[in-house]
Amino acid sequence: MAIRYNASIATEIISSFDARPEMLVQILHAFVARYSYICKEAVIQIAHELNLSRADVHGVVSFYHDFRTEAPGKRVVKICQAESCQAMGSRSLTAHAEKVLGITMNETTSDGEITLEPVYCLGNCACSPAVMIDDDVYGRVDSNRLDTLLAGKGALA
Amino acid sequence: MSDKVTVYVPNETTAVSLGANVVAEKISALDGTNVLRNGSWGACWLEPLIEVVIGDQRIAYGPVMQDDIESLVEADFLHGGDHALRLGPINEIPYLSKQDRLTFFRVGLIESLSIDDYRRHGGFKGITKALDVGPAATLDEVKTSGLRGRGGAAFPTAIKWQTVADAAGDQKYIACNADEGDSGTFSDRMLMEGDPFTLIEGMLIAGFAVGANKGYVYLRSEYPLTKTIFSKALEIARAEGLLGKNINKSDFDFDIELHIGAGSYVCGEETAMLESLEGKAGTVRFRPPLPALEGLFGKPTVVNNVITLASVPNILSLGGERYAGFGAGRSKGTLAFQLAGNIKRGGLVEKAFGLTMRELIEDFGGGTATGRDIRAVQVGGPLGAYIPTSDLDTPLDYESFAEIGGMLGHGGIVVFDDTVDMAAQARFAMEFCAIESCGKCTPCRIGAVRGVEVIDRILADENREANFELLEDLCDTMIDGSLCAMGGLTPFPVQSAIKHFPEDFRPECGDKQ
Repeated sequence: MAIRYNASIATEIISSFDARPEMLVQILHAFVARYSYICKEAVIQIAHELNLSRADVHGVVSFYHDFRTEAPGKRVVKICQAESCQAMGSRSLTAHAEKVLGITMNETTSDGEITLEPVYCLGNCACSPAVMIDDDVYGRVDSNRLDTLLAGKGALA
Repeated sequence: MSDKVTVYVPNETTAVSLGANVVAEKISALDGTNVLRNGSWGACWLEPLIEVVIGDQRIAYGPVMQDDIESLVEADFLHGGDHALRLGPINEIPYLSKQDRLTFFRVGLIESLSIDDYRRHGGFKGITKALDVGPAATLDEVKTSGLRGRGGAAFPTAIKWQTVADAAGDQKYIACNADEGDSGTFSDRMLMEGDPFTLIEGMLIAGFAVGANKGYVYLRSEYPLTKTIFSKALEIARAEGLLGKNINKSDFDFDIELHIGAGSYVCGEETAMLESLEGKAGTVRFRPPLPALEGLFGKPTVVNNVITLASVPNILSLGGERYAGFGAGRSKGTLAFQLAGNIKRGGLVEKAFGLTMRELIEDFGGGTATGRDIRAVQVGGPLGAYIPTSDLDTPLDYESFAEIGGMLGHGGIVVFDDTVDMAAQARFAMEFCAIESCGKCTPCRIGAVRGVEVIDRILADENREANFELLEDLCDTMIDGSLCAMGGLTPFPVQSAIKHFPEDFRPECGDKQ
């Protein structure tokens, strides 16, 4: 569930970085951690409090993959698409995930449960293919293991 | 409780990705155990690899899954009992004992976040020596070592440092590039998770040598566990007075700020990283001015990779000459190679430059994971050339690799078996560049998009000859006209795939899996 945007909490987040404009990328991370995405109100408020233009903030938000502007599903599943994982079958693993979930990359299931995204390297390349679910990385993921993980089981605690 | 048995269970991304945290919990729950969390030794195919301390030996078991604990207990593993997963003393595992562990010598050995363990194993000897001999002699030692940047460009570290030291201005910075985005590389991550204080010490030495009092670490967001561990290490170092004012009671002040990247590959390029550290979009800057003269916030800045900086404490404590005694030709010292992709025994292998790719892939790596023949090897990340098996006897050093049209880069080696479709790999190189281009220069921004289209036309058998010619021309434009390595090197995997595997670019091969 997305948390409702709250201007005074947003101010608190920005102040925790001393409202330094050079901390913009870090501030946006803190907003995503709290609200799961960057909403329009956030762009306006951040720009105002850092004394930047909205265009400046929007430019940074749109540049980086991590700063999504819509709420994701309850869980974000990222499948590595880079070379090491390709060498171990990440293309067919991706096709499997898309088929099982009935969505393609960068989409969210209609029940709002899972968002599927590409990622380019999780640094787990000796045990490819790699998958990340929220902040947890999983190694040597085949289609069976992915099914278990998608079902919310087999978490590594 | 001195009669408790100490068991090491790595708190490291790969080990955790295979279940190490559950294993640690289960072993902690056993009677008479004291679980310590170390880094990974780098024998990744054996993870989770646990070690039981018996006398002065550490007996390894692996890979240990949570379901194995019961049978391990039955085999009395806490006293070194025999078991199918018993690997023997850790220092007798050939994969590890045959390495030249200089920069990584503490990784796996120590409890990652114990500053006392770090000290017991030679920690802070480098900075102590630097403070003792002064900045100029510190720089000389780095020069003697012949250390070159381990991020990929292999620029002599001492020259970069000297430039910053000589630059005018009272505010200078150390910016550590931990945006390890190349597929097939994980040495920065393993170092920061397994021996984080080494990076802190390396940055202290760099700061002292060039006259900088502030350091930044730019870590990619795809490494959440690294962030947790390294943040904790910074806190500990600050509490111990190793960061902050008057370090080691000297008049040297230094502190480090950790910044997290946001999923952009191009931010691994040094000037894009500086932009990102300033809170901006990660677009590449024109050079000159060099970052060494006008870097972060326009001030003289040392931009070094994690492994470069982490190599420095050891260079100071061993002496530059001893470090330079390793290696081949102008490639001095060691490189932490990373074996990845379709490989039986994947992991990190720190060796002196000069061994061949075949020794690394076959002797250490044991060939492919699938057991099929090797067809291609990509060295140096997504911008590195695809190398055919006929070149596997090339020695791994910067110069020999340049001769075969390749680059060592950050030392990542990705192996592909004979099922690989090289046309798909070439297409992906262009596609990746199109996704990740910062957009500042036209050859990269537009060229990559056109590259995908032209390859698609070739594979659809449309005007093959003309489109091959166009692709060559496009590659030349990208190489010569791009601002940075993103656009400038993307053609290398493409051209090498066409050169060595032309058969894959025929339309009848389009469906090959």
